[in-house]
Amino acid sequence: MVNKTADVLIIGGGIVGCAAAYYLVKGGCSVIVLEKEETIGSGGSSRNGGGVRQSGRDPRELPLAMHGIKNIWPTLSAELDCDVEYCQKGNLRLGQTEAQLRILESLTQKAVACGLEVRMISGDEARQINPYLSEAVLGASWCPTDGHANPLAATLAFYRQARRLGAVFISGEAAQEIRQSKGQARTVTAAHGVYEGGTIIVAAGLGSRPLLNTVGLDVPLQPALLETLVTEAVAEMFPQMLGTAAADFYGHQSARHGSFIFGITSGYEFCARPGFPRSSAAAASAACRSILAYFPSLADVKIIRSWAGWMDDCADHVPVISFAAEVPGLLMACGFSGHGFGISPAVGELLSEMVIAGRPSLDLTELRHDRFVMK
Amino acid sequence: MMLERGDIGGYIPAPDDDLLVCRCEEISQGEIRRAIHDGLFTLTELRRFLRTGMGLCQGQTCGRLVKAIVAKELGVSPAELEPITARSPVRPVEMRVLARNQEQKNG
Repeated sequence: MVNKTADVLIIGGGIVGCAAAYYLVKGGCSVIVLEKEETIGSGGSSRNGGGVRQSGRDPRELPLAMHGIKNIWPTLSAELDCDVEYCQKGNLRLGQTEAQLRILESLTQKAVACGLEVRMISGDEARQINPYLSEAVLGASWCPTDGHANPLAATLAFYRQARRLGAVFISGEAAQEIRQSKGQARTVTAAHGVYEGGTIIVAAGLGSRPLLNTVGLDVPLQPALLETLVTEAVAEMFPQMLGTAAADFYGHQSARHGSFIFGITSGYEFCARPGFPRSSAAAASAACRSILAYFPSLADVKIIRSWAGWMDDCADHVPVISFAAEVPGLLMACGFSGHGFGISPAVGELLSEMVIAGRPSLDLTELRHDRFVMK
Repeated sequence: MMLERGDIGGYIPAPDDDLLVCRCEEISQGEIRRAIHDGLFTLTELRRFLRTGMGLCQGQTCGRLVKAIVAKELGVSPAELEPITARSPVRPVEMRVLARNQEQKNG
């Protein structure tokens, strides 16, 4: 029976939990991280397309993305002593029809209103930025300060650096229940032990919901399937992050390695089989057709791997990053809805501020857990 | 299996550490051993961090070698290590081939 105590107990060894652990130990706190799987970063942290984007984001989470891209990502590799393959060469969101261009214009107007540098460009301007684009592209939105990074490296780099600084990580240890003492969240019972923390942070992806339920809180999260294709390494073609108005694929070429990583859809994700997330041959084929319509010159590039994952999709598709008013000593960060990677370093830093200073340096009011109002 | 992830001692260089273990991604024995001593304890963590077994052959050549190195450094039997997940396709497939599935089905 393990029995351990720390200033902060973090449930969830994904990139949010690992980043929070890193900033907290750096700030002088003792930290224990519990991860239910044997491997660190088993959920969405290792199952995402690596976008470090501001464009296309909901205005409620856009300030976190802008803060991270301005202040954290540029120096993250040096800070974590690991090349996280951050590449800030812009984001092209592509449209092939007039209707799709109207979607892009609407997204662009919202982002400009929030102070983001993003604009609509013509198909020919897009082809000047990326000469591999086909003539089918009618126009695009262009955000020059967006980019991409390697989520596998970044997650494990946060873990490794937090562990080097003294954070205690226990994996294969599933948290089961949060218990309160004297009106304060205090202990967590897990499969192999009981753990105590001055503050408890729940950053457990989809697992956050049942855990929060044990103290009478609920966050409306549902699993949504995400599938990805990875190609062989090829010579450098283009550095931009890509998305489409049709949302038929997104992706980029890895900055250091040369492989392409493509997030894909078949249109049938909503009825994906529950359980272990599985790749489907149907989505791979559908996505290759889509991708080749934008990039015909990728036809002979080989797919070498595919994988799938669950997103923790929140009812309104933005995360919950919040104190729990009803349960002092409890913090939650979950529901990243498939676009958490790019903001995860900023979220880790904000969580450490909430613990150490008692409040975050950015306004997180719109991401509170009690924002869900019934009809 | 529960892993407490404590210190297993620092990395000590070995004479054959420059041996290439993963030939597709050109990862040496020394890089793998160094990562294990820095807290990357599972086969899945190593392949995500170093790209061992992530190249054209998808670990069909180096999978057993990496497993043996991890088992030796952690002082456990290779059979105790959780295996990595095999991913489709079994052989590399050109995007233009994958894109043709509907065309063929419809004659």
